[in-house]
Amino acid sequence: MGIPKQQPQQQYTVEQLLALNPYNPDILPDLENFVNEQVSSQTYSLDANLCLLRLYQFEPERMSTQIVARILVKALMAMPAPDFSLCLFLISERVQMEEQFKTLIVLSHYLETARFRQFWDEAAKNRHIVEVVPGFEQAIQAYAIHVLSLTYQKVPRTVLAEAINIEGLSLDKFLEHQVANCGWLLEKSQGKGQLIVLPPNEFNHPELKKNAADSIPLEHVTRIFPILG
Amino acid sequence: MASSYDHEDVQSQSQVDPQGYDPNYVPDSVRTFVVHLYRHIREKNVYEIHQMYESSFQTLSDRLFKETPWPSVDAVAHHVDNDHVFCLLYREMWYRHLYARLSPTAKQRIDSWDNYCSLFQVVLHGVVNMQLPNQWLWDMVDEFVYQFQSFCQYRAKMKNKTEQEIALLRQYDQAWNVYGVLNFLQALVEKSMIIQILEQEKEGLEQFTATDGYDYNGGSNVLKVLGYFSMVGLLRVHCLLGDYHTGLKCLLPIDISQPGVYTSVIGSHITTIYHFGFANLMLRRYVEAIREFNKILLYIYKTKQFHQKSPQYEQILKKNEQMYALLAICLSLCPQEQLVEETVQSQLKEKYGEKMNRMQRYDDEAFALYDELFSYACPKFITPSAPVYEEPLVNYNQDAYRLQLKLFLYEVKQQQLLSGVRTFLKVYSTISLGKLATYMEVDEPTLRTILMTYKHKTHAVDSDGKIGSNADVDFYIDDDMIHVVESKPSKRYGDYFMRQVVKLEGLMNDMDRVKLD
Repeated sequence: MGIPKQQPQQQYTVEQLLALNPYNPDILPDLENFVNEQVSSQTYSLDANLCLLRLYQFEPERMSTQIVARILVKALMAMPAPDFSLCLFLISERVQMEEQFKTLIVLSHYLETARFRQFWDEAAKNRHIVEVVPGFEQAIQAYAIHVLSLTYQKVPRTVLAEAINIEGLSLDKFLEHQVANCGWLLEKSQGKGQLIVLPPNEFNHPELKKNAADSIPLEHVTRIFPILG
Repeated sequence: MASSYDHEDVQSQSQVDPQGYDPNYVPDSVRTFVVHLYRHIREKNVYEIHQMYESSFQTLSDRLFKETPWPSVDAVAHHVDNDHVFCLLYREMWYRHLYARLSPTAKQRIDSWDNYCSLFQVVLHGVVNMQLPNQWLWDMVDEFVYQFQSFCQYRAKMKNKTEQEIALLRQYDQAWNVYGVLNFLQALVEKSMIIQILEQEKEGLEQFTATDGYDYNGGSNVLKVLGYFSMVGLLRVHCLLGDYHTGLKCLLPIDISQPGVYTSVIGSHITTIYHFGFANLMLRRYVEAIREFNKILLYIYKTKQFHQKSPQYEQILKKNEQMYALLAICLSLCPQEQLVEETVQSQLKEKYGEKMNRMQRYDDEAFALYDELFSYACPKFITPSAPVYEEPLVNYNQDAYRLQLKLFLYEVKQQQLLSGVRTFLKVYSTISLGKLATYMEVDEPTLRTILMTYKHKTHAVDSDGKIGSNADVDFYIDDDMIHVVESKPSKRYGDYFMRQVVKLEGLMNDMDRVKLD
């Protein structure tokens, strides 16, 4: 059950630690360091973070609320994946009552219910929580665009602006970039301002939906080869 | 709202009455039983072992040990050459019987843990040369997790603990420690190399499923099959902790779209699918959950008559009811009736038809119903950390359940407005945002928000990060115009043709066999 004591040079990567011995209280400091590494290098590992939250659940006196807050912010950034809820399932009710966690839960609620204006307002009032993690703004903007792409073939400029919290000249620049690199198109709507034409996908263009339901796995067909032969 | 959740814990059973039980008295039938069982195990006669384990043990328990434990292992040991491993197996059955018929004391709980430690250590050291029936091996893992769950519940009720009980808990703090439980299950998975075996089996380099896990080369099936069932054990423990993602990961090596060793024992089949379905429900992967619940409920419907005499029958029925409740929840959140077989549909309507109608109204009564069904059907969540021994001593055994329920209801609440949208979308092929906003009595910006929420909630993210639609009614928006897209249930022609080909072939073979005079 024990693993070798850590030398100054890491002898195992976190992935190896998780694979070798995930139910080992000794790896807690490594997992905490890994959270900070994810924050600074803008990477993410749900498995490692869930493992840490589990260890905190087993030994609540070793929990660091600062690390938990970072994990939750990272989870928000993973939307539309339900990672934030998965983390909350492992955090006790009492801890969730603390101010910073209540705020994060409110932010998650706004994002889950597509209330982007309220989200950006609340985030602005709580910069100290969200700005600790670089890449937060971009990740949420990516999520907003994802939801818009599920919903709209053509979206009014004002709706987009509110969703990604960019307006005016910055928005013009952003749109230029998206048109050049992501297949967006701009249209003029009848006297109502700009319309943004989002790239077609199977969710906003139903005719693109692949009907995979009728495909048969090869193993099933091989079962009737003797008959066909 | 914890009433339906807690009812199983009401201790109507008594603890062992020291006056009425003599641990050293061994009736003749018991002596015969252990002698024969010991011989069959030594001779690796799996069929006989299974008969004795399933039938004889139950019959003797019903006849002689309805309210007392079996004779102590010390009293029977000399009949079986004091065989160390047999004694561990006997003790395991002894404690399982105790838990089922009586209420274990703190010391008995701790002693049972010690027995599992010894038994698993022996297996892990690879010195076991037996072949045991899958039913028994499954029961070992299942009972191990059950006793862990039971201990956590027991430990969390600190309020009425006696001084001795608290002293025992403090002294034996390693007993049923969550690290210990998880590490044993993990060790069984790793030492048995079961994951590699299953991988190699796919390439035809190993035989495991084909032999139901049994070893026909003179070896032992115990470590391999325990390792296999431990994957299901890990899924179960992770669900009890609220870690659904990791639980499903532990189950990944088992392909539940095919029969396998997990289907060779009905208890294992049901436990696997129950937890798989529940985990997917909490991950909002409603379609996955509905598909699997549908399959197993149909299977139980067709086969439960064959298990009427078995000791697992009651448990089968209980889990059956719980899965209907979970299916009702899934279908209320994600209406996809075409995924459900006719038989299951009609059973579901009978049990929960009216409640499902009320749940889809999303008013206060609806939330009460979601609460009721969830509380009835959910696993017995646990608090894995060590107890707090400072005054005041409280009961915190409901904390874990309350958290999962709260978060589940929170998710239901977020989906509250979706059923209203669905109703309108079913009626129109196109409608302007302005008009729909008026009908729904909200302003346009709010409607846009609601429509985006509908899209987000009906498009789940699977384990590979891919987005898939759960929606029975879908739409897209062009500026301020909503275009509704009705998803047609796809006809599975390929499947139909395959079945007809096989059927015709069967018919022709039958006709060939007919001799005409």
